[in-house]
Amino acid sequence: MQRLLAGEARAAGRVISLIEDRRPERFAVLGALAGRVGRAERLGVTGPPGAGKSTLINAMTRALRAAGRTVGVVAVDPTSPYTGGALLGDRVRMGESGLDAGVFIRSMATRGALGGLARAAEEACDVLDAYGRDVVVIETVGVGQSEVDVARAADCTLVVLSPESGDQVQAMKAGLMEAADVFVVNKADREGADRMVAQVEEMLHLRARRGAWEPPVLRSVALKGEGVEAILEAVARHRRSEEERGGLAARRRGRLLARLRAAVEEIHREAIWADPGSALALEGAADRVASGGADLYGAAAGLFRSWLRRAAGLGGPPRGE
Amino acid sequence: MTEARPIRVLVAKPGLDGHDRGARVVASALRDAGMEVIYGGLWLSPEEIVTIAEQEDVDVIGLSSMNNAHMTVFPRTLELLRERGLGDVLLTGGGIMTAEDMEALGRMGVGRLFGPGSDMDAFVEYIRRWCETRARGTEGRGTCPTA
Ligand SMILES: Nc1nc2c(ncn2[C@@H]2O[C@H](COP(=O)(O)OP(=O)(O)OP(=O)(O)O)[C@@H](O)[C@H]2O)c(=O)[nH]1
Ligand SMILES: [Mg+2]
Repeated sequence: MQRLLAGEARAAGRVISLIEDRRPERFAVLGALAGRVGRAERLGVTGPPGAGKSTLINAMTRALRAAGRTVGVVAVDPTSPYTGGALLGDRVRMGESGLDAGVFIRSMATRGALGGLARAAEEACDVLDAYGRDVVVIETVGVGQSEVDVARAADCTLVVLSPESGDQVQAMKAGLMEAADVFVVNKADREGADRMVAQVEEMLHLRARRGAWEPPVLRSVALKGEGVEAILEAVARHRRSEEERGGLAARRRGRLLARLRAAVEEIHREAIWADPGSALALEGAADRVASGGADLYGAAAGLFRSWLRRAAGLGGPPRGE
Repeated sequence: MTEARPIRVLVAKPGLDGHDRGARVVASALRDAGMEVIYGGLWLSPEEIVTIAEQEDVDVIGLSSMNNAHMTVFPRTLELLRERGLGDVLLTGGGIMTAEDMEALGRMGVGRLFGPGSDMDAFVEYIRRWCETRARGTEGRGTCPTA
């Protein structure tokens, strides 16, 4: 951990593995890092596949580095539900930073854990925050709710579209549109960018205002770095607006509550199944339910109570460490 | 309740030559075999390869070398891995090279190398075996060395 705080990339890489593997040791590590977390600015970047999210992050990273800020990126791609494998190709588009020690990129697969992804990605951001990154960016493909949740865990969320995203925008879940603080129509060098901008603006007009902040709709050509300054400016404006209205504090408070709740659940879940008595009781309960001797929910409640008793007998509830 | 960690592999094509079709085929095959493949792309230097391996905490690096640079790329990558505390990462791959070169690299500590037209299944199986053997021998990956 000292090595992580001293800026050793190897240590940061290892700690993120602890987290993505959901190993029990992570509680102690994250706990020890807690005092160092909270300084980084967090950006979420989401949008349909191939819109240019990674290319845009590469261009933003270049601008941020030129301004002297260090950058961490967590790039999430889906795990195949059939094989459990994943092809994590985002960093190919971010290769420009190559040997720059001021840029740390980590690819993560969703690994099928519903909701677990959001937690693991957020904790990976905590690690990069503690590691001293000024800006931490999370990239997710905006297809499912959990991916949108990940992006939402940021201080500011960019939804990146391209001129080809028309159908996707039509079909787009409200969640993705609601998550956006800034819209970017990338690939503005291609035909149809104007139409896409108009389409998003129309949608924004139809929607009820949710506060003082009106999400701007910007254009970029990420491949050439065009439009990036304006995007970073919009992010800074959003931040100021949030600070003025207390929105940032409210967001962070909401996130804190959600994370605490999730951590309580996670610690208990792991503690329950780490107790060998639980696995045994599970088999017995399954037999009773199968033979009609008990109903599933009653049996589940009974399992929980019996675990509570065993935990109490062990000298208090488990601490998850 | 910790599930088994999928094997993480960095696939890249170092050197200066053109296309990455071969590396992409390898990457897809490893993904289909249930591994998490970090695709590094073309033209990476050994320094860049090791930097990625560090950040991504991979178990295995698979390099495809087609331009006769293997006798510099593999040893240099290996050297950097050891220097930077990643000596436990398997360096493997393939390309156009003589059996003598493969042997020489093997003596240095590079893993098995596969010539052009090798059986992809053999490559997948080799990586899987290697990781299994290591998992039995050590505490396992993702264990924080500093915590
Ligand atoms: N013409 C044009 N092409 C672009 C632009 N930005 C990105 N691209 C190309 O669009 C393709 C996809 O870019 P990525 O950055 O990988 O897109 P992504 O949204 O990260 O894709 P996924 O992570 O796979 O969802 C690549 O071939 C890029 O070169 C742009 O501004 N103009
Ligand atoms: Mg991408």
